[in-house]
Amino acid sequence: MNPALAVVTPYTVPAGLMDALQVTVLVLIAAGATAVVVIREPVRQVIALSAYGVLLAVLFLAFQAPDVTLSELTVGSVVLPMLLLLTLAKVRRREK
Amino acid sequence: MTPALRRWIFLAGAAGLVAFYLWGLVGLPGFGDYPGPYGDIINRIAVGQTNATGVVSAVNFEYRGIDTVGEEFILFVAAAGVSVVLRHLRSEREREALDEAREAPPTSDAVRYVALILTGPIVVFGWWLASHAQTSPSGGFQGGVVLTTAFVLIYLAGQFLAFQRISPTDLTEAVEAVGAGGFAAVGVGAVALGLAYLTNFLPLGSTPGGVFSSGTIALISFFVGIEVAAAFVLIVGELVEQTLLVREGTK
Amino acid sequence: MHVFPFVVVAWILAVGLYGIVTSRHLVHQIVCLIVVQSSTYVLLLGVGYRTGAVAPYFFDIPGRTPAVDPVVQALALTDVVVEAAVTALLLAFAVQAHKRFGTLDPQELVQLKG
Repeated sequence: MNPALAVVTPYTVPAGLMDALQVTVLVLIAAGATAVVVIREPVRQVIALSAYGVLLAVLFLAFQAPDVTLSELTVGSVVLPMLLLLTLAKVRRREK
Repeated sequence: MTPALRRWIFLAGAAGLVAFYLWGLVGLPGFGDYPGPYGDIINRIAVGQTNATGVVSAVNFEYRGIDTVGEEFILFVAAAGVSVVLRHLRSEREREALDEAREAPPTSDAVRYVALILTGPIVVFGWWLASHAQTSPSGGFQGGVVLTTAFVLIYLAGQFLAFQRISPTDLTEAVEAVGAGGFAAVGVGAVALGLAYLTNFLPLGSTPGGVFSSGTIALISFFVGIEVAAAFVLIVGELVEQTLLVREGTK
Repeated sequence: MHVFPFVVVAWILAVGLYGIVTSRHLVHQIVCLIVVQSSTYVLLLGVGYRTGAVAPYFFDIPGRTPAVDPVVQALALTDVVVEAAVTALLLAFAVQAHKRFGTLDPQELVQLKG
């Protein structure tokens, strides 16, 4: 590897701390998934899905996967809620 | 079939599914004890073989390249499918975009300013992500989606006409075709030189992790980036047009 | 901690399937499908994780540092983006179904024939 580019950063997080973080985010994700399913009103469900997407991104970061975090953050928080809200607006406009 | 009966049948099926899943879980190594050989082998040899320090992108575009071609074409076909499904039926008409823009409720100043200020940096960020696949956590797919967000911001700022003008269907479809075809063409280029499909035939560069290193990985990532961005802009544009402009009943 | 992420995956899968089966609105069903898909991402990344390892990017760390599995990350990465496009196709179908049948209730859509 190129010594001119070497920036040595300390990566030592205590194992217990990493475990605690992962367990916390996993519990939040289980609760978030339940909330997304239990909410029946579609517009409120879309907001819950957006928050669930951000939680998923944090989980992927805790699993040492920054690439997947980048994808999930944009797709789950912006693109998917936008498509869903446009569909709901179209359906509601026709029902008027 | 009443809803209550459906619920009971589902609970019986789900109990069986979860039971089999937990039975299979007993034989798996626990979370954190990753034993498998492939991950370690690829981590060891990838930087030396391809001069790419982003091993995930090297796996995506080099070691597992033909799988990524298939996934990219799934994206391509899904965008084409949306265009076909949302085609104009005979019993519908389309309003003029100017009429719709005149009747649209005004967006607040805060939303407009923040959206328009952020558009430039987001385009730069997305372009940087799509072109640096081999160095850091970036790559074609992420960069493409971030580029889409810039277009979406322009629509959200209330500039519906500007959004339509900067993403005309013909141009977006042409860009998407260039992206998808470019990826396949890079693979065919390797065949033209007598190697296997999608072999890395461009010079690998001198330093691992430089911008112009790793041969075809950087090129493929760029093509994938513009293809993903164009596909999502096409999908969003179709849905926006369907929601705002298409009305039923011929006038 | 040895099996907890996989138990969470089973829970998310079961909850999402329950939402799909008992749904009364097509868009609610599609969002529950998104939740089911997210359980597979967690499963993929959970399989490849190694305790005490870092992300597989050797830009600024020595090449022999223990790192997590990059193959499952590559799978999950393309998964996320492609399934968003397939969801968009499903939403287009929902729009056309509403135009044709006037309702978005899946339990009523089953009974309409043509």
